[in-house]
Amino acid sequence: MAGSKSFSFDTLSLHAGQQPDPLYGARATPIYQTTSFVFKDTDHAAALFNMERAGHVYSRISNPTCAVLEERLAALEGGIGAIATASGQAALHLAIVTLMDAGSHIVASSALYGGSHNLLHYTLPRFGITTTFVNPRDVDAFRAAIQPNTRLVFGETLGNPGLDVLDVPRVAAVAHAAGLPLLVDATFTTPYLMQPFALGADLIYHSATKFLGGHGVAIGGVLVDSGKFDWEASGKFALLSEPYTGFHDMVFDEESTVAAFLLRARREGLRDFGACMSPMNAFNILQGVETLPLRMQRHVENTRKIVAFLASHAAVDAVVYPELADHPDHELAKKLLPKGCGAIFTFSLKGGQAGGRAAGRRFIDALRIFSHLANVGDAKSLVIHPASTTHFRMDAAALRAAGIGEGTVRLSVGLEDTDDLIEDLSRALYASQKV
Amino acid sequence: MMLRVLGRPAYVYTAGRALDKKLPTVVFVHGGEQDHSAWALQCRYFAYHGRNVLVPDLPGHGRSTGPALGSIAELAQWVAGLLDAAGIHDAAVAGHSMGSLIALEFAVRNPARTISLALLGTAAPMVVAPPLLASAKANEHAGLEMINAWSHGSRAHLGGNTLPGMWMLGMNMRLMERQAPDVLYADFSACNDYAPAPAAVSGLKCPVLIIAGSRDQMTPPRAAMELSQGIAHARMLVLEGAGHALMAEQPDAVLDALIDFL
Repeated sequence: MAGSKSFSFDTLSLHAGQQPDPLYGARATPIYQTTSFVFKDTDHAAALFNMERAGHVYSRISNPTCAVLEERLAALEGGIGAIATASGQAALHLAIVTLMDAGSHIVASSALYGGSHNLLHYTLPRFGITTTFVNPRDVDAFRAAIQPNTRLVFGETLGNPGLDVLDVPRVAAVAHAAGLPLLVDATFTTPYLMQPFALGADLIYHSATKFLGGHGVAIGGVLVDSGKFDWEASGKFALLSEPYTGFHDMVFDEESTVAAFLLRARREGLRDFGACMSPMNAFNILQGVETLPLRMQRHVENTRKIVAFLASHAAVDAVVYPELADHPDHELAKKLLPKGCGAIFTFSLKGGQAGGRAAGRRFIDALRIFSHLANVGDAKSLVIHPASTTHFRMDAAALRAAGIGEGTVRLSVGLEDTDDLIEDLSRALYASQKV
Repeated sequence: MMLRVLGRPAYVYTAGRALDKKLPTVVFVHGGEQDHSAWALQCRYFAYHGRNVLVPDLPGHGRSTGPALGSIAELAQWVAGLLDAAGIHDAAVAGHSMGSLIALEFAVRNPARTISLALLGTAAPMVVAPPLLASAKANEHAGLEMINAWSHGSRAHLGGNTLPGMWMLGMNMRLMERQAPDVLYADFSACNDYAPAPAAVSGLKCPVLIIAGSRDQMTPPRAAMELSQGIAHARMLVLEGAGHALMAEQPDAVLDALIDFL
């Protein structure tokens, strides 16, 4: 690099984290499909185990293919490093267990992916970690919900599926004033549409299964650390600033001033919980990341056309997309998401709640290009009915709190020709209104 | 551990080990706008291989109380104070960048306390580019960006870190951002103003190893070579492809060289 600037986003999407293979010169990232790595000698082995040297030992802890993906996402997010995990859910779990013990508390947005809601609301209380859910549009509610035992503030950059735009700078300020980090799920926005660290977030995770991989072929997650949060100054994170008996009394934030969180997450979290990513999945997701900027531009362009079509259609009751002037977060979206609000949105069909449910069923069954399945962020267009699938465990009140109606349909707009997509939607909308 | 050095609290990383007066000691001195963690991939090895390691945060850096000292002479005196505070008479001293000047000046002033000297990413004089100095004086973030760009070889700008999953440029930026305002200017001024006496340097009796990166834009290898040629017992090693951030860019090569030398 000859100048004083680092490489730009598009270049990093293709190159960050990888040098051409030193042995054979392979340009693509090799798939290091191996469980373990041969030590040079006994001293080298001992040094790797004791963190006297850096390197790979066993692929549950680290793997060269996964490490390329980790570095690449850290570079794209403006962070210091990352850990690739078995899924987005594993990334969320890893963040939580690295930061807190039983008896701790989380303040979270109520507009979460159903799987995240399950983990926080049903599962973690069994292990002594409780969560208070708050309206993500009410920043004061985040402040009011913080308790002495709170260890994390958590939300999604774009809530699922109501597309509530998290006011990251203001929520981060609330968290920081209480000595707490802000973790955001940035799956819907990707680093292309929003840079949460620049806005004040401390930790980011993605379901890499979605736009990062982009082709619906691999499950994975990535947890990224900004390196900005001062765990010692907070005084609330003994797990990172006190001796850890599980690793020679290592004090993580003395071992690494900026990377204490990732150090513990890898050395304890991956070691003991073991939810690592496979090298093959890392390779698949890397292929997606290479074209992330191009795909996200096209995803957003296509979505805008589809939203405009639906918003003016006689069979559509309402479209929920932050770029529309009637969305509650329209102004905030213009500020925080100037490149676009992603490719996922919801709309409701005319016919009232009961009628909406029936119309929704007819609509989905009539689609030919949109695939009816439980995923988002694929290159192919997708559709689902949240109330009966991703959010089916929520009762009506919880659904309302998350901004979901019983007749809400969620679309994930892909990269097909929009004329074809609109034709498909037109036919299905017509079918939905048949009595 | 925390020690009191020349009247002020100072943090010293020892890899969690208690000091053993019977063991030889290695002092690792970090560069400008850094802290002890710059040596993470070298110093821990020695702590588990028969040495005491003293890896301080220099005054005003990291956890050590400020202010940052404004001259290499004062910083060299502070290293002597560190050894006094730790109850250690003599040590091998390794320094990087500004830390290499501190180590050099410590050795000049304290020949009986210097077992050996390892100078990494070094040049003497160490002239700081005027735009960088001005940016540091103004506490501009642009100054940190210039350092990050110029401190890493071209390979490092695309990653491929030996430390799995870590983005080297991001780590270095965050570490610099953690330092208090005015520390960078104090550090760079100290480097810029330092002019070692050639006779004193050439008269060094202890073994000296100089490690340079072939792609170092901050302290180019030719400058390190000039320094090396002015020291009677100096040996020079050039790490191919490395920039100024040697310990992060080629951690094993640096460690292996130090194991051979120290």
